[in-house]
Amino acid sequence: MPHKTFFWFFFPSGLAMLLFIGLPIISSFFQSLHIENEQILMEVENCDVFGCKTEVRVDLEATKIIDEENPLGRFNGLRTYADRNHLAFNEINDAWKVSSSYNQFFDIIFNLPFYKALLFTLTFCFAVTPPVIVLGFIVALSINTISQTIKGPTIFGTILPMIVTPLIGSLVLFWMIDAKGILGATIQNIFDDPNLSLKSSSELTWITLIIYGIWHNTPFAFVVFYAALQTVPLDPLEAAIIDGASRYQRVRYIVIPHLYPVATFIMLICLMDNFRVFEPIIGFKAEGAAQSLSWLIYSDLRNESIMLFGSAGATSMLTIIGVGFLLTPVLIRTWKEFKTER
Amino acid sequence: MESKVNRYSKQLIIFNSIFIIFWLVISVFPFIWTFWGSFKVKADFFSRADWMYAVTGFHTFIETGSTSTLIAYIDSWIEGEFWRATKNTMIITVSVVTISLFLGTLGAYALSRSTYKYTFYILIAALIFRAMPHITLVSGYLFPFFQLNIWGILPTTIIVLVAINQPFTLWLLYSFFKTVPKELDESALIDGCSYFQAFRYVIMPVMWPGVITAGLFSLMLAYNDFTVTSLLLNQQNYTMVPKINAYLGTVEYGGNYMWAVACVVSATAPLFMIVMFFQRQLISGLTTGAVKG
Repeated sequence: MPHKTFFWFFFPSGLAMLLFIGLPIISSFFQSLHIENEQILMEVENCDVFGCKTEVRVDLEATKIIDEENPLGRFNGLRTYADRNHLAFNEINDAWKVSSSYNQFFDIIFNLPFYKALLFTLTFCFAVTPPVIVLGFIVALSINTISQTIKGPTIFGTILPMIVTPLIGSLVLFWMIDAKGILGATIQNIFDDPNLSLKSSSELTWITLIIYGIWHNTPFAFVVFYAALQTVPLDPLEAAIIDGASRYQRVRYIVIPHLYPVATFIMLICLMDNFRVFEPIIGFKAEGAAQSLSWLIYSDLRNESIMLFGSAGATSMLTIIGVGFLLTPVLIRTWKEFKTER
Repeated sequence: MESKVNRYSKQLIIFNSIFIIFWLVISVFPFIWTFWGSFKVKADFFSRADWMYAVTGFHTFIETGSTSTLIAYIDSWIEGEFWRATKNTMIITVSVVTISLFLGTLGAYALSRSTYKYTFYILIAALIFRAMPHITLVSGYLFPFFQLNIWGILPTTIIVLVAINQPFTLWLLYSFFKTVPKELDESALIDGCSYFQAFRYVIMPVMWPGVITAGLFSLMLAYNDFTVTSLLLNQQNYTMVPKINAYLGTVEYGGNYMWAVACVVSATAPLFMIVMFFQRQLISGLTTGAVKG
């Protein structure tokens, strides 16, 4: 295809991606270099019958003028990245000096907003992915053996958790696990502890979120494994039966090796997708105990008084760097696939 | 042909059946429970004393005189203006699917037929774009959109969702067009068609299976989106998902909680129907290429 034809075919799609995916990343970076304007203070004399007092107030009008002149705020360089809400270099330095043991040191660090969120995001990613792969594989194996007539409806039922949006999926579960929901209340009755709920400790909140993550992601692993199972060659399986291999041996030595590449694919996609976890945190109202990187950005943008573009931009940039780390193996894999194709 | 490979022992079949039923309960029961509960009042659905209340509708009977009620649906759709959110969702979904398929088929066709090296770099770039968390993009949109005064309206959100959706659509349709034999459009070119004519008269008639799959994923993205719609739309233009969140956002009071339950059911039901209808295409889409929606 000549360059010119290619250009016109691809132009609309490319322009959309450039304008709304490429530019926003640059815009985010640009925002992260700025910080909100300072509020202008003025002294006001307040006189009443008891005499006069001077008070310091925000000069709303002057502040407004500055905001209009400089809507993005003032230039701040990379200082937002280093502040307490992001990489917190000073705080880490202090913590290092103050703390007497590693435990204490990490305690302090993981109470800083950014590191706390990073810790949760990574824990979530790496706690959800392995069970998803194992469960997805078992479900695929099981459904592969049932009769053709009930396969369709069974597959439909199995993929439901994946097709609803994470917010709705987590709400549906939350309403059951909540202290007043069917599961929550039953668990309280079993343990005879009226205060037991997913909010009673941050560990329980984390576990609930991770269980939700497994529930939501397993169907994807199942579907991919299920499709891959259809491509397992029959000849080696039959040969193995003749040689007297049990079903377990057949699965272990023929099916699993065949599915290795698929499993790595699922793992990478799962890690990448779970790195952006944030809707379940809202659904489960878990922001007190569990905050993810995406949630930090969301809360900056949802800030009551003024949108913290600078802070949100800085967290975005750091998140993108994190995604980059997770993405590298995927890119290398795709690269190799392309090279062998050509 | 009945292969020996597909013969299983009795224990295995029993174990299997139990496991599948167990798994189906885990994945389906929460939805059935929510559906059932949406016809009850709050005291039943969120009952600390006895979960059987939600089954029998004990308080629902006391409050309304019948064991199930449509009150949450009626109130949320009319008083809560959920109809408006439904309308917005429909506008956004239909537009996003149409536009992203239009852009996506053209782009992916070009990518699959060009033999130059830059197609490879474009696909890699699309993969990187696909991995960007949507919230990081939104944080980049807000400020410029405020400045340009295009924040809060539906068209902005539509074009943003189309763009966010492009990488996946491109990859999906690219792998689909790769399976369409090149000879088909090459012979049209030899007969004197332009590239566009070859696309219009030769490729378009055979591309529908791939387009339906890609359309299904665009539909799910647009229909399900929370990140973009909740931050880029104003209250008036909210779609279903942010609207449901808005019902919950306020302090837990009275009816609004049940509104959210009723609206969750209203929002999920159409999606389930579509998926039931197009299940085959959905699964084929999930397994082609190296990406997921």
